[in-house]
Amino acid sequence: MPTTMSTTAKTLESLANREYKWGFVSDIEADTLQPGLDEDVIRLISAKKQEPEFMLEWRLRAYRHWVNMERTAGAPKWANVKHPPIDYQQIVYYSAPKRASEGPASLDQVDPRLLETFEKLGIPLAEQKRLAGVAVDAVFDSVSVATTFKEKLAELGIIFCSFSEAVQSHPDLVQKYLGSVVPYTDNFYATLNSAVFSDGSFCYIPKGVRCPMELSTYFRINTAGSGQFERTLIVAEEGSYVSYLEGCTAPRRDENQLHAAVVELIAQEGAQIKYSTVQNWYAGDAEGRGGIFNFVTKRGKCAGRGARISWTQVETGSAITWKYPSVILQGDDSVGEFYSVALTANRQQADTGTKMIHIGTNTRSTIISKGISAGRGNNTYRGLVKILPRAHHARNYTQCDSLLLGDRCGAHTFPYIEVGNASSVAEHEASTSKISDEQLFYCKQRGLSGDNAVSMIINGFCKEVFKNLPMEFAVEATKLLGVSLEGSIG
Amino acid sequence: MLSIRDLSAGVEGKTILRRVNLEVRAGEVHAVMGPNGSGKSTLAQVLAGHPAYTVTGGQVRYLGQDLLAMPAEERARAGVFLAFQYPVEIAGVSNASFLNAAVNELRARQGHPELDAMEFLGLVDERLKLVEMDRSFLSRPVNEGFSGGEKKRNEILQMAVLEPKFAILDETDSGLDIDALKVVAQGVNRLRRPDNAIILVTHYQRILQYIEPDHVHVLFDGRIVKSAGKELALELERKGYDWIREEVAATQPTGA
Repeated sequence: MPTTMSTTAKTLESLANREYKWGFVSDIEADTLQPGLDEDVIRLISAKKQEPEFMLEWRLRAYRHWVNMERTAGAPKWANVKHPPIDYQQIVYYSAPKRASEGPASLDQVDPRLLETFEKLGIPLAEQKRLAGVAVDAVFDSVSVATTFKEKLAELGIIFCSFSEAVQSHPDLVQKYLGSVVPYTDNFYATLNSAVFSDGSFCYIPKGVRCPMELSTYFRINTAGSGQFERTLIVAEEGSYVSYLEGCTAPRRDENQLHAAVVELIAQEGAQIKYSTVQNWYAGDAEGRGGIFNFVTKRGKCAGRGARISWTQVETGSAITWKYPSVILQGDDSVGEFYSVALTANRQQADTGTKMIHIGTNTRSTIISKGISAGRGNNTYRGLVKILPRAHHARNYTQCDSLLLGDRCGAHTFPYIEVGNASSVAEHEASTSKISDEQLFYCKQRGLSGDNAVSMIINGFCKEVFKNLPMEFAVEATKLLGVSLEGSIG
Repeated sequence: MLSIRDLSAGVEGKTILRRVNLEVRAGEVHAVMGPNGSGKSTLAQVLAGHPAYTVTGGQVRYLGQDLLAMPAEERARAGVFLAFQYPVEIAGVSNASFLNAAVNELRARQGHPELDAMEFLGLVDERLKLVEMDRSFLSRPVNEGFSGGEKKRNEILQMAVLEPKFAILDETDSGLDIDALKVVAQGVNRLRRPDNAIILVTHYQRILQYIEPDHVHVLFDGRIVKSAGKELALELERKGYDWIREEVAATQPTGA
């Protein structure tokens, strides 16, 4: 027994102490506001982005609402996470790399050190090196620095650009959909984001168009003391299809940094949106110093009949993750899916899950959640399945599995199920397991090292989620979990 | 090939094996028989390196090496294979990837390059026939949802693919119906070669009708109390284990 335990412990340690190779800082001159938040800061952000009047007003409404929220209830306290109170006056709300000229930059105007930074992160932006089949919007601190394949996508009528650019070039679309899924009053962090958000991505897929490549946004926090507040809006018109990927990293710092993003998805009749995230923000060190507070609101609306939205997330980074990618199933026969792997090692905390709100008839939802806790990590699944009275014949299947590595970590499950009619079916399955000594011995008896055995078992545990990721991301995700991808057979 | 000298071992402070001695030469099949609780499975687990068992005395030489000093995975890579009495389930990991990983660990140790998917499938396809299984078996998660017979056949499939020098079959026959037993036995027989050796741990003589042993040993109360040729198995089948108990009681000095 002692030998197995020590090997497990060693393996877990190496998993927990995974070197964070994205922890470097880029030395780039930035246009950075002083820390602090008031109406002037919001006016300044809006002015810097040369926004139309409606945007500034929306921001100000959000800000006033947020001030009120902060004065009364404050930040939500129901989540199963612990952190010292955040001083919102100490955060830098806008930081952008300086560039020679204002306005949307073409790639040759972008600071080469920025391109270098993204190349180091494995996201080459230069024309000749671009990732085949993936269009990238690269966001550095508060702004988007480059978007690849824009022109090629435009030929199909697809709009893929930074949020700032969309506000300029497609104000009608932004005004129509902004806040239509996550209103600025939604929750403390979403409200804050609505007031101060600086950039993000915008996608619009016209009727009947199948987006021929993966669209992706890569978020990078660089400046110390800055928060990142980005906003992503994806609109898929009737019968269209898009697969969207999101990745994120940040430098290794001893202070916590706040990342409060909002993502809104709208899928019209028969449209399909697949949204995949590999979240790898800096997680803090073994003692829990530093790391990103990842407080994110993600929600999609299946607005039309037969629409389909799938969220797949692999959450391995951040000191604290607080996010519930959700689907409002408004259209009849619409489908919502949530596939999640959340890993908490060291002193990481995650309170994550989903909400499936069934409004239309014959709506279906699937929730597969895999939580892995190691070290002193604390992992919570929190989910709501709500079937409204008129959502006849709605169906939900939920499966929540927790894997505990070691004996100092925690796994918690808080499923809420509200069924408002008799013709609907909601199923919930849950399990908690450990890697057993017998499993490890069995693998070792076949020649596998302890590390490989643990990797293989974890990989098997996550399989149902990984198979929903696009190939490149699946590889990335397995690497992040310190595991090797299973053979191509089987 | 394998030389066990005065091996004593136990689990959780309880002594189970008491000075076991056994010589196994290349090309031989040894059957280790005995009543329940005599230490048969402990012997198998100790040889394979299960960390729950503590060796309290004696030594085991395997191909000139100190077997007991090697961690379990090193023993496996050196050609020691244990067919488990209770094969373990691994959810979400396909039989194919598990086997592929094991084969490549072994090949890495032998200085061979990894097999690619096609080469691996070629190898496995041929071995699947030995245990009368089809390819669909490979895409199922390791032992998950397998019937008892399928689990045992899977162990023999792994043995066939990994081609161990020294295999221990721990009650591979238990819980098998006669057809499955024949399939398993036939698989094992095809794997018998002049340069490998097998220890068959079993409670019953039944499997020995199909896998003919060179030597039969009776393990009783942690000791090997009788060794002979294959005829001993028949005698045990006829007379049960009680006469062994009486014989042992008569020859043992009291208080030993």
